Amino acid sequence: MRKLTVPTLLLAITGVIVFMSHQEYIDLYIQSVIMFMGVNIILSSSFNIVNGYMGEFACGHAGFMAVGAYVTSVVNVMLFTDDKVFGAALLPPETAVYLFPFTLLIGGAAAAVAGVLVAIPSFKTRDDYLAIITIAANFIIISTIINIDKIGGARGFMGMKKVLFAMTDSYDIPWILLWVMIFTFGTVFIIRRYVTSTYGKGIIAIKQDEVAAEIMSVNTNRMKLVAFMLSSGLAGIAGGLFAHILGYINPNSFGILKSTECLVMVYLGGMGSLSGSVISAILFTLLLESLRFIIPWMDTAMHYMHLLPDSYELSQVWKWVIIPLILILLMQFRPEGIMGNRELSDVFPKLKKFYSFK
Amino acid sequence: MLASIIQNLFNAFQWGSFYSLIALGYTLVYGVLRLINFAHGDIFMVGAYIAFFIATAILGMAASLPGWMVLAMVIPLTMILTAVVGVSLERIAYRPLRRKGAHRLYVVITALMCGLVLENGNLALLGASRKSFPELVDKVVYTVGDLSMTNLKIGVVFSAILVFIFLHFIVTKTKIGMAMRAISYDKFAVPLMGIPIDTVIVFTFILGSSFAGLAGLLFALSYPILDPYMGAMIGWKAFIAAVVGGIGDIRGAFLGGFLLGFVEILVVAVFPSTYRDLIAFAILMTILCIKPTGMFGVAGTTKI
Repeated sequence: MRKLTVPTLLLAITGVIVFMSHQEYIDLYIQSVIMFMGVNIILSSSFNIVNGYMGEFACGHAGFMAVGAYVTSVVNVMLFTDDKVFGAALLPPETAVYLFPFTLLIGGAAAAVAGVLVAIPSFKTRDDYLAIITIAANFIIISTIINIDKIGGARGFMGMKKVLFAMTDSYDIPWILLWVMIFTFGTVFIIRRYVTSTYGKGIIAIKQDEVAAEIMSVNTNRMKLVAFMLSSGLAGIAGGLFAHILGYINPNSFGILKSTECLVMVYLGGMGSLSGSVISAILFTLLLESLRFIIPWMDTAMHYMHLLPDSYELSQVWKWVIIPLILILLMQFRPEGIMGNRELSDVFPKLKKFYSFK
Repeated sequence: MLASIIQNLFNAFQWGSFYSLIALGYTLVYGVLRLINFAHGDIFMVGAYIAFFIATAILGMAASLPGWMVLAMVIPLTMILTAVVGVSLERIAYRPLRRKGAHRLYVVITALMCGLVLENGNLALLGASRKSFPELVDKVVYTVGDLSMTNLKIGVVFSAILVFIFLHFIVTKTKIGMAMRAISYDKFAVPLMGIPIDTVIVFTFILGSSFAGLAGLLFALSYPILDPYMGAMIGWKAFIAAVVGGIGDIRGAFLGGFLLGFVEILVVAVFPSTYRDLIAFAILMTILCIKPTGMFGVAGTTKI
């Protein structure tokens, strides 16, 4: 019984949300917030492998996301839709429903291969120099995409909505929501299995002391390669989902700012804490979305109290002033993040009664 | 052909000077604190804006003043005010964390966030309309054969070289420079020797930020359109230049900045301009793969 609690809970959550979206009890906006939560959970927890568990300072996560997003989108548009650039559909659009997860995995695999670009220099270089290499890799990926004119270059790429319509034509359920949730749970499951295995202990050993780990027969190069590839591959999957949620991607939306968002989520949750990254991704998304409503409300209130001149109004730009300020304050008063280095079950030991983890 | 090459070299010198000036600030702070001050590019942006406001204020009060006199007033004021911004960042954000002995990466994240606050706060307060910098210096064009040089370009390159010589003198010949090197060598033993560690760190921030302000002013003079995000990209690139030179080393930062300037200008001269970032970063990554600690970096040893 204890073995089945978590899977049944997740199934129930998925079922309820998908059913409510299908019956239109939840409007499209809330659906999109849930989907962005899922994408952010994948991003932050996968970034936590390198930054939290392995203790390296990488900051180019959005580049791999871009690789995944573009590869998945291009493959989908080529296979299932009639496009001006890529010609007619190679497969009947009815197959999109069954093949969509596989195309996502293809995007993830491409991103994992791009991760090798960072992993190989990381054998020799350490913290700050590795930070540079990851930033440079992010820039390189973005400018490469901008220079490929066939996939739109700096204008961006669209056509993913048609794939979604092809999927809903076969069976009328919110497919993209379903896949986001499935891949989110899958990501958390894979990372959890990975870092609690003997294999994952190797990367934690690298964080503690690389030289000592090497002496104690941890193959550090191989560990780094696997960790980077897993991390960037999962980011690629997140990118593919992100592309299909929005239906339009632009290389500039995967720039340093997006990487900074990923960094923020990891450090907000706590390095080396999986439940921390999940919680912080959820909180971060909620904060971003709630500020959309709070800022106009504050604007009205401050104008009402005559704190602001009439000509000036608080715009949405303040969102990106408020969020960094919140983070700066958090770093001052709780520098280890929300969870620190602990999991939920360490904070609430009684939770262990209700589930067992094999 | 030869003329265009030399012309491009001049441009590369000017472009590299900006990178060098910003990279020097990165390197100073990193060398003393082992902290990547990611807000530095935005301090450069703040410097440009401060210069803009001071220049317009002075011109508004006394329009009859000649340009060089206005410039002579703007330069020290900009440097002082930008240094105030940099030092207050250190006071408000970095010092409490350092006192707590927080992990180095948390300070880096805080720096990133401070940079975001600066650029978006600027955008929110001043609006998205781009400011155009008043022309303080009359453009004098020197032509030798087919080559043309403006007095501004020469001024920019000379100020970069002068700043480098000045910093090199401070770090290698003065007492406070010795204290800086001592702190980067061993942070725990230095306070025991009676060296006021906070004073030295504040001095470092004053140096770095004031030269970032100078770079902002020179940039605004050369390219007189200001926008809130101008510091972001230049900041990242200058940081990469500092690392390629070997971060923590003044000569490395100076040469790294010029190297990046050269690579970018020459790439634009040969390839289409959209390839600029791609090829420049690819070259820098190759350099880092060959020499993992930069051009002047020293390989660290680990005791087991």
